[in-house]
Amino acid sequence: MTWDTCDPSEQYLLHLGDDALVLGHRLSEWCGHGPILEEDIALSNLALDLVGLARQYYQLAAKRIGSGATEDRLAYWRGERDFKNHVLVEQPNGDFADTMARQFLFDAFHLLQLEAIEQSPDADLAAIARKALKETTYRAQHSSEWVVRMGDGTAESHSRISAALQRIWPFTNEFFQPAEVDRLAAERGLGPEVQSLREPWLELVLEVLAKAQLSLPDIPQKLLRGKSGIHSESLGFLLAEMQSLPRAYPDALW
Amino acid sequence: MVSADELRKRLHLVPDPEVPALSVLDLGIVRELRTVPGGCEVDLSPTYTGCPATEVIERDVRVALEELVGKGNVRIKTVLDPPWTSDWISEEGLRKLESYGIAPPPKRSSDKRSLLGLSTPLNCPRCKSSQTERIAAFGSTACKALHRCLDCQEPFEAFKCI
Repeated sequence: MTWDTCDPSEQYLLHLGDDALVLGHRLSEWCGHGPILEEDIALSNLALDLVGLARQYYQLAAKRIGSGATEDRLAYWRGERDFKNHVLVEQPNGDFADTMARQFLFDAFHLLQLEAIEQSPDADLAAIARKALKETTYRAQHSSEWVVRMGDGTAESHSRISAALQRIWPFTNEFFQPAEVDRLAAERGLGPEVQSLREPWLELVLEVLAKAQLSLPDIPQKLLRGKSGIHSESLGFLLAEMQSLPRAYPDALW
Repeated sequence: MVSADELRKRLHLVPDPEVPALSVLDLGIVRELRTVPGGCEVDLSPTYTGCPATEVIERDVRVALEELVGKGNVRIKTVLDPPWTSDWISEEGLRKLESYGIAPPPKRSSDKRSLLGLSTPLNCPRCKSSQTERIAAFGSTACKALHRCLDCQEPFEAFKCI
């Protein structure tokens, strides 16, 4: 069984849950490897937050999908093509600047996305967004502080964050390219028309980049289809590691 | 039949697993407590989304109340909306936090300035000085950040204001 679904609201929940889980897992890879102790703890906290958020989406999706679906089934027993996360969130951690650039660009998008979902007529979904919004604001504050600190820091930190933004920038266009899952969600008022988030997102990003003495990367965007299940090679490796335990020991319990 | 008051009294004895100075009532996560024929119903609001203590709290509440109404007779519902805020920590809870060495969250999380970290600095829970600074936005648990006092030099934890 693939635990996939054709229902637009369930698909949308999986899309949102997959973004949170995949990014949360990536951040958890930093545990014990952070550049300083405080940041090691911070990165693990970010990971915990996002995995917690993924659980809420998956629990709701599982309830709606029924037929034996559970949050664990959805997280550990779906394959790469079933995952509907943005390709940006599955990108490898790189150095600390790469991770913070990825986090900052996603946080800014995530804030706007949740603000729209908060208005959704789907009360259960709106409740999750309302709760997540406060913590996402806290995360966005953290990642923008680091972009400013590195950009407006030493020559070395400036060149690192600048190069990181160049690398991750081409993945941001997917936020605003509606896929089937976005179109169906927007039609039902569950989520925003993603195209409409581009302007406010750019405004948020530019404000922080200006403070950080960084300029907007001027490189072409990639055409990506992560939200339709077409991923970069990174996701397969990530899932192989993340899912290995439940697949080696089905029904293992803590 | 057990009264709602007795149930509430029992919950005063259930500590938060990560900040045991506070009871689950002090934390403000018990939204409703109802007696129903043959048992009781509790509505709980989770605090921080990623907090691993959420499930432990649910179990502890269940075990505590089952002592009064019998096994299998406690129904717990998780309520996400309205989302829990640090404003719901009781006055007593705020006092207990401070005497436990954790700076309590400033009231009014709706004040955006505190979300953006621009609010007035916290008072040191030890020497009460207002000359403090934040060292790290994240701490040992999902609910806390790390600060330090510039007068007595002691580092201290502070409850995040959300």
